[in-house]
Amino acid sequence: MSASTPFALFANATSLPWAEVPAWPVAELVHKTGRELNRGARLCAWFGLPEGDRTCLVAVLAFDADNTLAVGRSTPFIGTYPALTLLNPQAHLFEREVWEQHGLTPAGHPWLKPVRRTAGDAPANGEFFRVDGREIHEVAVGPVHAGIIEPGHFRFQCAGEEVLHLEIALGYQHRGVETALAGGPHRATMSQMETVAGDTTIAHATAHATILESLAGAEAPLRAQWLRAMALELERLANHTGDMGALANDVAFLPTSAACGKIRGDFLNLTALICGNRFGRGLVRPGGCRHDLEPARATQLLGRLKTALADTEQALAWLWDAASVRTRFENVGVVFPAQAAEIGLVGPAARACGLVRDVRYDHPAGWHRFAQAPVAVWPGGDVFARARVRSLEIQRAGQYLGEQLAAPADGELHSEIAPPAPDTFAVALVEGWRGEVCHVALTDTAGRFRRYKIVDPSFHNWTGLALALRGTAISDFPICNKSFNLSYCGFDL
Amino acid sequence: MFVFDTLTHRLKRGCETMAYPKGPAPALPDRHGGTLKVDASQCADGCKACVPVCPTQAITRANGETVALDLGRCIFCAACVEVCPSKAITQTGDHRMAVRRREDLLLGRTGAEELRLGTALEEKLRQLFGRSLRLRQVSAGGCNACEADTNVLGTIGWDLSRFGIQFVASPRHADGLLITGPVTKGMELALKKTWDAVPTPKIVIAVGACAIAGGPFVGHREVNDGAASVVPVDLYIPGCPPHPLTILDGLLRLLGRLDERPVPV
Ligand code: SF4
Repeated sequence: MSASTPFALFANATSLPWAEVPAWPVAELVHKTGRELNRGARLCAWFGLPEGDRTCLVAVLAFDADNTLAVGRSTPFIGTYPALTLLNPQAHLFEREVWEQHGLTPAGHPWLKPVRRTAGDAPANGEFFRVDGREIHEVAVGPVHAGIIEPGHFRFQCAGEEVLHLEIALGYQHRGVETALAGGPHRATMSQMETVAGDTTIAHATAHATILESLAGAEAPLRAQWLRAMALELERLANHTGDMGALANDVAFLPTSAACGKIRGDFLNLTALICGNRFGRGLVRPGGCRHDLEPARATQLLGRLKTALADTEQALAWLWDAASVRTRFENVGVVFPAQAAEIGLVGPAARACGLVRDVRYDHPAGWHRFAQAPVAVWPGGDVFARARVRSLEIQRAGQYLGEQLAAPADGELHSEIAPPAPDTFAVALVEGWRGEVCHVALTDTAGRFRRYKIVDPSFHNWTGLALALRGTAISDFPICNKSFNLSYCGFDL
Repeated sequence: MFVFDTLTHRLKRGCETMAYPKGPAPALPDRHGGTLKVDASQCADGCKACVPVCPTQAITRANGETVALDLGRCIFCAACVEVCPSKAITQTGDHRMAVRRREDLLLGRTGAEELRLGTALEEKLRQLFGRSLRLRQVSAGGCNACEADTNVLGTIGWDLSRFGIQFVASPRHADGLLITGPVTKGMELALKKTWDAVPTPKIVIAVGACAIAGGPFVGHREVNDGAASVVPVDLYIPGCPPHPLTILDGLLRLLGRLDERPVPV
């Protein structure tokens, strides 16, 4: 199918000369992108690239079934262009972002407002979609929430208990990550990539390192690729386990909540066993890894991993055995499969709608080219399904780690890589625990970053949470929210 | 019957809360390294090897001066430790890092080779908060790691509530704030309002390199380079993120609830 596409094709974690990326007038880019999306492609990134006082639009697409990525761009322009969102809703936030960052107006966009309000007031001060009527009331929550959690603003339109519409206004966490990357990599860049979303350190760091490696025409040594894959699964285990505990807590099922809170820490400590930091800071570096998992350490890790996995299994068994929990999860916060595909959901949230969508499987790079785990899918799209997928992924990540730790790759852990090639375009996708982490880079004539785009899975998925709330009781917001557990800073950048 | 299973399993596991602070502190991961120490007398003349490798520009060495390391900016990546040819910067393995004054995190001068650990609150506040401290946490640009390692103190392993310390939902119920993140421009107003809503007397605790000095994002125009630029800070806890043990030590230290004993090496 993709063989006939006019876009330039390439594989995940590779690069191509910018000159090979086809350029069309913007209306044609929108039309061609729309056509590919209509026949099953996914929009990984859609962003602006300033050229003098004009801007090019760049589209990065994924053909999951063909294990192929595709890229195309517009010729530079200013002003207005026909919105892609009209026929392809998965572009809606991207087009708002481009409008906010570069002033290009997607004509016909149904809800054009800033996504981060980088230049203006607090995000909660913007305009919100309102439902009118005598029975309608509005609930505003945030930016400062009740728990220990990042800031964001939620605006509910309710009829009694029932939520008719939820609008999520983010931007409070904006730290200027992408702006700072221009002209990079700088000496702070690696630490910033590790903290784009601090609970997704390994995935974002791996994506960034992969970008630099592919821009250099190199690959990290196999042992480093192996170790990155191990750390990625540990990250998944820690976060999924923590979220299962949080879900249990929100339906007042305390045994699992108490147990998972602790076990999550046990998994974090395994990452710390490898690199000293519980979140994996300092492990992944361009060209390889900085700390090795020597045999003795690996044995210790495996032993502790087994204990933690057994504990998790036990804690989750209590949860799934309890009818009182299952009924609280079932048919709550439903995202329908058609909606999920339409808005471009990724990660466990997409897989819980029955979509078989996993970068490790669809676009394998690094160690995942040699060793894969089966994709965990569940139909239903409700809190129950999202929790099931998380549970399944805990099992499979555990099994994968067990197998792969027993069969390590030998050799070097790090190799020096050349500086990035000039005028080159690279994309790296990594399946983080929330879903597809996408890094896109374009270098200038000197081999420095001309544009660096980061798409955290949360960018795709916040809309999923908003949809899940429709027709749901507002008192179920906490479990819906926990079942997604999206990143604020990963979105806000 | 699952209730019965659950109960027996819980009973079998017994108490999972750590013995610390009555017993010994849990060991840090061996590669963690703990806090840093600077012995500037070891530095070779004119050597600046560590300066350019620091991602957060925490290390400076002006011409003719000794090397200076700001632990408030430090994210403990240990790149300087690796690169130093004369072992002037070393890891101590000590988890204790909380200080009361920002300048107590500046290392390098003679007599200031190590950080100067914080003292307890003055007597009146200590009487008020020593056995019951309610904190409102505000994430102001934090990456969710400082938040996570603060949150973990509430789990059964750490059980923060045994010290009478609790995180509460409303600033009006709080005795102080625990702030993470560099304080983004977007959160400045919200943080000020939250602080205003806390009744006096109140305290502020800055957790993590971001909240102390901007962390990895220091100097970005979108951030404020730390909580102290917006509210007065009473306790600084360095790290990126600080280990939960470091945070707990800081809280107990502030409340005067630690009887100091030699550090485990
Ligand atoms: S200090 Fe480090 S861990 Fe803490 S919020 Fe900042 S970047 Fe995240």
